[in-house]
Amino acid sequence: MADMKVYFDHNATTPLHPEVKKEMIAAMEVFGNPSSMHAYGREARANVEDARRKVADFIGAHEHEIIFVGSGSEANNTVLSLFVCASSQCIPGSRMRSTIITTKIEHPCVLETSECLAHRGVGVKYLDVDQYGKIDLDQLAGMLGNDVGLVSVMMANNEIGTLQDIETISRMVHESGALMHTDAVQAVGKVPVDVRTLGVDFLTISGHKIYGPKGVGALFVKKGIPYCPLIRGGHQERGRRAGTENTLGILGLGRAVEMRALEMPQEEERMLALKQALKDGIAERIDDISFNGHPTDSLASTLNVSFDGVEGEAILLYLDLEGIAVSTGSACASGSLDPSHVLLATGVDAERAHGSIRFSMGRESSMQEVDYLLDVLPRTIQKIRNMSTAYIKGGLHAASR
Amino acid sequence: MNPKNILQGENTDDFDGVGMEGNLQCGDQMMVVIKVDKEKEVIIDCQWKTYGCASAIASTSILSEMVKGRTLDQAFHISPKEVAMELGGLPDHKIHCSVLGDKALRAAINNYYTRNGQEDKVKQEQVKIICQCMNITDHDIEDAVLEGARTYFELQERTKLGTVCGQCKDEAELLLEKFKHIHFGA
Repeated sequence: MADMKVYFDHNATTPLHPEVKKEMIAAMEVFGNPSSMHAYGREARANVEDARRKVADFIGAHEHEIIFVGSGSEANNTVLSLFVCASSQCIPGSRMRSTIITTKIEHPCVLETSECLAHRGVGVKYLDVDQYGKIDLDQLAGMLGNDVGLVSVMMANNEIGTLQDIETISRMVHESGALMHTDAVQAVGKVPVDVRTLGVDFLTISGHKIYGPKGVGALFVKKGIPYCPLIRGGHQERGRRAGTENTLGILGLGRAVEMRALEMPQEEERMLALKQALKDGIAERIDDISFNGHPTDSLASTLNVSFDGVEGEAILLYLDLEGIAVSTGSACASGSLDPSHVLLATGVDAERAHGSIRFSMGRESSMQEVDYLLDVLPRTIQKIRNMSTAYIKGGLHAASR
Repeated sequence: MNPKNILQGENTDDFDGVGMEGNLQCGDQMMVVIKVDKEKEVIIDCQWKTYGCASAIASTSILSEMVKGRTLDQAFHISPKEVAMELGGLPDHKIHCSVLGDKALRAAINNYYTRNGQEDKVKQEQVKIICQCMNITDHDIEDAVLEGARTYFELQERTKLGTVCGQCKDEAELLLEKFKHIHFGA
């Protein structure tokens, strides 16, 4: 058991699917510029368009509605930045609707872009979430009005896995005359995503979260929806994203969604069983813990737990020494002094946020790995609690006396 | 990773000095306890507990070994840089986590002096207000450097220093350079 390797950090990134790897190795021979008219170019173009159809099919979109981009972050930046054009030439009426609504638990690429837009005069409103990470639809209804141009709500949260009711949110947003974006980076490939059912105008996908390559993502932009590129200066992607296509990445992404379509349907039940075993095992074997996120409306592969009196980065590194890879909401691991903004938004106190660990499983995760983790974790927590100033069994704090 | 000299249990009565630094909200807290040979004023035992990350654990483990056999005065003046060197170096953004150990050690030494009727030896860390408008001290500047500020602009971003009258700029820049040199050899 000592050499066992357990990768439980799939929400951070995933290993390449073997089929994706094969596809990409073959794609390395396809060097032509998809914009060139000769045979080399045409071969690359045909392959890129083939990948585009695969991505479109996977989310129920038309191929013309898919823009390949460099990352999920780029897609999110692009959508939010649509609304700052001072001239209002690309998107008529955008000056009248210059307010954006988003949530307090979005990925930093949405939150920091929103902050930057606020500096440039865009109104930004942030939706609160409840203790499970769900937004309050009544609060949204109160914020919507004829000044709101865009609402951006992530479909599944990367840290706690909570799923939002995007379908209902889209309907409310459209009734008020605004456009709807969802960052579905963590949802696509884990739960069924159909852009027509969801009713969204924009949707973000990332390659490396679904066993595809890093450095490639896709943005769905509904036909007829006003658009303005973030990266200008080329006719690629129908003028919507300049820059020579990342053929290798795009073909990898195409193959990745194909494999997801094949493997995803049987996966959820297995993931739920693993998560339940992990959850029960932790609850049975370790005192003074709390689970974060929604008990049911949550990704089947994500479990977030706070361990009282233990700092998360210490847990992460001790588990790493035992071959187990996880992540934490502790400030120490993030490079800032504040712990997870997601957990704080759900009302978890700073100390429990510092002591939180996210386990995110994937297609190759097994019950044997869960068992190994459940063997290592209790003694790891015990070891760190033994040296903690902040833990006495029963949850009392030595320091608070 | 087998940290040394961890205080077992909660009982600190057997020790001659107890120091506690940091707080749980910020995600790190450190307690250092010492036993002292009162004749020679030499530290004969040093144990600790922490709610902190791996850098805090590792640096305090090393520190607790380093101080044994040193006089109180020598131990008081161990710098975070010496500890980091003994560890074989720390990433820049982790220096902040490692300074807690020696702060708690200094608190423990002062606690020893207080308990033994030597209040005159208690070394208060000198605090000087640099920015009068925003009430920013030299310690605030040091903390900002430890947390990553490397330029005057970054220092202002973190502390709001010099954002009103701006008269403290020269002094603040000198301190910025000084703390960069002390902690990062820059």
